[in-house]
Amino acid sequence: MLGLNFRDRSLFFIVIALTVLAPFILNPFPSESSLAQFNAGYPDLMQRFVIFGIFAIGFNILFGLTGYLSFGHAAFLGVGSYAAVWVFKLFTYNVLPAIILAVAVAGLFSLLIGYVSLRRSGIYFSILTLAFAQMSFALAYSVLSNPKFNLTNGETGLQVYADDPQWLHRDSLPDLPHLFGLSMRSNYQLDIGAWTFNFNVGYYLCVVIMLIVFYIAIRLFRSPFGMMLRAIKSNQQRLNYTGLNSRPYTLAAFVISGMYAGLAGGLMAAMDPLAGAERMQWTASGEVVLMVILGGAGTLIGPILGAGFIKYFENIFSKINDQILHQWFAFLPDGLEDFLVFIIHPFIGKGWHLTLGILFMLVVIFLPGGLVEGGQRLGKLFGRRKKTEDAAKDAANTPAE
Amino acid sequence: MTKSNFTRRGVLKTGALAGAAMATPTIFDGSVWAAGHTGFTNAPEGGSVTLGFNVPQSGPYADEGADELRAYELAVEHLNGGGDGGMINTFSSKTLDGTGINGKKVEYVTGDTQTKSDAARASAKSMIEKDGAIMITGGSSSGVAIAVQGLCQDAGVIFMAGLTHSNDTTGKDRKANGFRHFFNGYMSGAALAPVLAARYGTDRKAYHLTADYTWGWTQQESIANATEAQGWETVNNVLTPLASTDFSSYIAPVLNSGADVLVLNHYGGNMVNSLTNAVQFGLKDKQVNGKNFEIVVPLYSRLMARGAGENVKGILGSTNWHWSLTDEGSKAFVKSFGTKYGFPPSQAAHTVYCQTLLYADAVNRAGSFNPCAVGEALEDFEFSGLGNGDVLYRGADHQCFKDVLVVQGKENPTSEFDVLEVVEVTPRAQVEYPPNHPMFGGDEASLGECNPGA
Repeated sequence: MLGLNFRDRSLFFIVIALTVLAPFILNPFPSESSLAQFNAGYPDLMQRFVIFGIFAIGFNILFGLTGYLSFGHAAFLGVGSYAAVWVFKLFTYNVLPAIILAVAVAGLFSLLIGYVSLRRSGIYFSILTLAFAQMSFALAYSVLSNPKFNLTNGETGLQVYADDPQWLHRDSLPDLPHLFGLSMRSNYQLDIGAWTFNFNVGYYLCVVIMLIVFYIAIRLFRSPFGMMLRAIKSNQQRLNYTGLNSRPYTLAAFVISGMYAGLAGGLMAAMDPLAGAERMQWTASGEVVLMVILGGAGTLIGPILGAGFIKYFENIFSKINDQILHQWFAFLPDGLEDFLVFIIHPFIGKGWHLTLGILFMLVVIFLPGGLVEGGQRLGKLFGRRKKTEDAAKDAANTPAE
Repeated sequence: MTKSNFTRRGVLKTGALAGAAMATPTIFDGSVWAAGHTGFTNAPEGGSVTLGFNVPQSGPYADEGADELRAYELAVEHLNGGGDGGMINTFSSKTLDGTGINGKKVEYVTGDTQTKSDAARASAKSMIEKDGAIMITGGSSSGVAIAVQGLCQDAGVIFMAGLTHSNDTTGKDRKANGFRHFFNGYMSGAALAPVLAARYGTDRKAYHLTADYTWGWTQQESIANATEAQGWETVNNVLTPLASTDFSSYIAPVLNSGADVLVLNHYGGNMVNSLTNAVQFGLKDKQVNGKNFEIVVPLYSRLMARGAGENVKGILGSTNWHWSLTDEGSKAFVKSFGTKYGFPPSQAAHTVYCQTLLYADAVNRAGSFNPCAVGEALEDFEFSGLGNGDVLYRGADHQCFKDVLVVQGKENPTSEFDVLEVVEVTPRAQVEYPPNHPMFGGDEASLGECNPGA
């Protein structure tokens, strides 16, 4: 079915189930309880999970398969966002043309940068992409936002104003990004007992698109083209000696992953019609590298897990403050309460980077294969039958050398 | 294909679950769809109301953000009847009585803007969507303030801007749901220029170094216009990249340009570095065109002045408020802030404290949390007792008009907080401008319709 083997198919179905049921899975705590702090099932964050999942899947096609570590992928995401917002400004709030143009523009842009950068490999490639991305950031932040030629609106971010032309806009359509009249912001809130669940149109649009591109990624991983990319990763020199020109393959992988990034950027703009220059900064490029490594580079589901993990910390842990800590520990004697708050204080709120950093170190040291490896170890621990199967598979996968 | 019986069952299971998920909203049709009946976003239910404090906790303006957060916590304490009441006692409107806002206890959530518009919007969205915040406030950079203001307009909640100095916030990017208490670049120029002319003469040649982004440009334009009106000449304006940490290559050409005043349109860490470089080059001791060379920093803050240390001595600038003011409101605020935290508040802390009180009072006067009613109560509201004399919240662009302080770095500071002294309090009338001023978007700028959301 779907041209996938058993393992890939079950993985695909797991991803479908996870994403479709996310509103339930991410809101496990009653909305009035003190643990509601950890609920992540609100539209904005769910959309972010999926969008950065797409970004990371795309990055993994380049990094996981060919081993080329690009430090400039945020530039493609940013370019996609700007393209999408310009469609909103000039033509219509319908998200489809915006997303399509975002992918196309990011594809062209990555072709340009990839053509130049891929003349080098290893660290030189990383530095080249980093340089290009920082150039794009500087262009977007100040150079292209001067009053005479304002393409990006600089620090403020490109947004849609009431006096923008929007030639194809009709008054009957919502004044926000929509899909043929269905606003991306429309949201059904479902209350069951003490629990609240959000079903958001924008989120489900992102889910549908992610499932499509995830399927494409699986097919790509299993195709002869994917095999060629893996060959480049394991030994590019040897590949060249066999008379094969590997550059078209790396360039194709680069452009594909650039288009994934552009898609993510377009979706971000579709969910929230503003494109900020910070999206292109090197920290944003670094973030996607972290996501992929944290989840498990070269695996199919790893990047999605990594993206979810990082976004969860960024949005949930950064919002815990001392007041909330005091509420949690209110049952303890005063001295002990203050002591605990004092101990935990550096790790929450603005300290979320610290917590994330510690977890990242732990994962890299103890689970070099990322969260996916953690899952596999758990699986091995509990599933006996699987063990022999995996051993057989490992044997089959071991290269001949 | 594979011989597994998992597929059929798995598909059925997944399908059933997915189907259930799709079906539930209709099954529970008619139950509470929060906000559906109240007429506006996040109408507070029960005995409490949630405010969203969205400030930079990391990044270049983290110091300002931390001070803002302290002031917010103080404001919430005072609104809920705790502490000594601070400026509630001196505020000219007397609707605040320590019982929260509109009789509801004030609670708050905090977030980190990271001084990035994207992160700030994500954080504000989570406050609105997850925590049910009825009002968002904060920000320590104009880009962030404008981005979050746009979001609040779309979502249908009130935005009370924190520290944002760009003309655009209440100029071409003004929004019906957004309000600014802080002053702006134009006001800095209008207040500063006469003092500069009186001190340094009217035949000066100014050289501008400007941070290359929206705020830098609007401030540079404002200062250049105001000083040219006094007879000054603008020799050159050089844009410096935002990420610069070393400005020596920009300072050297100043000496050969024939200019005798250097205007630094920088803020935060940029200003600390450029001013330090300029002083290191000995500019302050130079004589050009037979006059003493002068340096001007149009937007000052105490936190920045502290960072620049000795170098700020004698350098003129403008500020929204300073803790050494001796009116009743300022004294009350400095006292309660000092009692709680052990040091005096910054201008960022002052402006966000005022914004919180102003919002609470407007809700009380309107008798409703509906953003449109609150907006109406704030528009053309005149008040005093919040440390800036008589203040008007102008309805046409949602900008506060009040006296502006011209300050200079103190020659003999008595403590690490006592680094600025007030040179002149420029009266409100001198810094006023029409709402359709060309620097503020001209005739095209409009607030749009107030949006209650839902």
